[in-house]
Amino acid sequence: MREMIINELTQAMQELTRGFAHILPRIIVLVIIAFAGWVVAYLLKVLLRSFLRLIKFDKLSESAGASQLLSKAALPSATELLSRFVFWVAWLGFILLGISVLGIFGFQEQIAKFFLFLPRIFAALLIMFFGLLAAGFFSRAALLAAVNANLPSPRLLSVSIRTIIIIFVLSMVFEEVGVAEETVLVAFGIAFGALMLGLAIAFGMGGKDLAQRFLEKRFGQGRRDEGKEDELSPL
Amino acid sequence: MAEESFLTDDFLGQLISVGEVDILIGLPTHNDAKTIGSIVETIQTGILTFFPRERAAIINADGGSRDGTPELVVNAAIGDARRSSKLYALRTLPSISTQYASSPANGTALRTILAAAELLRAKACAVISPKSSQITTEGLAALLRPVYAETFDLVLPTYRRHRFDGILLTNLLYPMTRALYGLKIREPYALEFAFSGRLGSQFLVQNPWHEEAARAGSEIQFTLAAIAGGNRIGQSFQGTKEHVERHSADLVPAMRQTVGALFSSLEPNFGLWHGKAGSQLIPTTGAEQEFTLEPLRINRKRLREMFTTGVAELESVFQSILSASTLAELQRIAGLDEVRFRYPAELWVKTVYEFAAAYHKSVISRDHIIQALAPLFRGRAFTFLMENRNGSADDVENNVEGLCLEFERMKPYLIEIWNGRE
Repeated sequence: MREMIINELTQAMQELTRGFAHILPRIIVLVIIAFAGWVVAYLLKVLLRSFLRLIKFDKLSESAGASQLLSKAALPSATELLSRFVFWVAWLGFILLGISVLGIFGFQEQIAKFFLFLPRIFAALLIMFFGLLAAGFFSRAALLAAVNANLPSPRLLSVSIRTIIIIFVLSMVFEEVGVAEETVLVAFGIAFGALMLGLAIAFGMGGKDLAQRFLEKRFGQGRRDEGKEDELSPL
Repeated sequence: MAEESFLTDDFLGQLISVGEVDILIGLPTHNDAKTIGSIVETIQTGILTFFPRERAAIINADGGSRDGTPELVVNAAIGDARRSSKLYALRTLPSISTQYASSPANGTALRTILAAAELLRAKACAVISPKSSQITTEGLAALLRPVYAETFDLVLPTYRRHRFDGILLTNLLYPMTRALYGLKIREPYALEFAFSGRLGSQFLVQNPWHEEAARAGSEIQFTLAAIAGGNRIGQSFQGTKEHVERHSADLVPAMRQTVGALFSSLEPNFGLWHGKAGSQLIPTTGAEQEFTLEPLRINRKRLREMFTTGVAELESVFQSILSASTLAELQRIAGLDEVRFRYPAELWVKTVYEFAAAYHKSVISRDHIIQALAPLFRGRAFTFLMENRNGSADDVENNVEGLCLEFERMKPYLIEIWNGRE
């Protein structure tokens, strides 16, 4: 009996030791991979930060209106945020790679999913950034054109264009990352349709006189008279 | 001869059949059937009268006219000019036309004329734009002679203008070009000018000629390239320039063509302009500039209103371009009533220089920077109109001279902000 117990204990200890001996090198590999990953991720972060500073990415982000959004959300600058994001994604990627070495059942599938999801996150971020850039550019272009054409409410026109583009961009971003795709699509359709309908009603009914004046000025007698009033020849 | 590749085979063939010429007249056209006939006749008479022994040719670069302009140029026989002015031609005067595109582009038209001039080895060339031209035979001779008979590389026109015509020239282009490059060139953006074959070839090679350049003011770029190249520049009085009625919507395209080209010239020429102080006269045949005073109906109220609206609505845009103190001062004057409103010369110069620096740093889209300047220019135009409402021609000239000196005085400010403030 005593011998049996000792044998079982010895066997259990041996198995534990064997298991430990089996897992220890993998843990060491995990630590090494994680450490190497940290070094690589840190280097990537430093390089990316320098590159973004070199191309004055913050200025680009400012003109896109992204900096204002980040500032309102008490987040760091666009350069710093993107550098940190790349650092964490790279390091997390290495850690997950290390964990996959442990051979834990079912975990590898999740890791594969994570790696497959990464490009979609990058694509969504790119869409977001260039979308904001386009929204800033086109809303400013509309504002300047409206001011120089002496149209009424230039800022309203500019904000409307910006809002429409941002709604459009957000719906694309959600679709890209696969968050509530159908809901977002329906919500976008409703919001966009409502906005257009609202603008049409506002312009046609509420601003009947304004629309009349605008159309007269644009196509009718008003435009010719207006041109004659302003006989300033710049060149 | 590298520039010949963009010319059509047919046009090249016609040029080859002409052979070499001494004088070439370039006519950039687009639907100018109403005026082109008389202009071609004036040119022919001018050549027969003043350059009877020289080999000459007329080159029409057309931007897709649908009113038969090219046909009118080609069919204008030299015999008509001979009969009307009782002159005798010693040589033929061929007229050739080519369509460079289906829509007009000043840059491409000029490039076509320059390439033709280079192929024909023209010694002196003149570009006459039917859009604005009231060219006379004497005027044509006065433009060409200094280039052909003397050693000038570029001869620009001066005019007798209405005191309120060309306000962009008198309030920005002339004073700023003068302050930066140190030369008193009254019409840096000229639609009729003469140049040497050497300068034409030089510009043909150096200018980038990309799509944007083709649309931008190639005429002012040509003047600036002549200055930058250290070429000999002169002016020639061309008489009265008729008042051209314009819509207020014409201002932004005009600013793109001229102010945009001037601002973009500052970058490559920094070494040339940053060390220059003061300005000097350039040789001029006839009057340097004259102003006429007849009454002209201008909606001043609308100018001020568009300035006020612009300052209020474009605040977010101006924050990226202007310094806080300049913006605050603009907002202050925008709040003044019509009687007290005044956009002083110093503030206007500071505004223009800050816009030039912002353009250099591309703080926002460069085209947006030029568009944002338009409402502010309207405010300055209003002040110019008010200041010279009852003034004599001398008063107007003194006012313009004062503004020029202000541009020269504040030039160190431009240099300071050029690479300084972000």
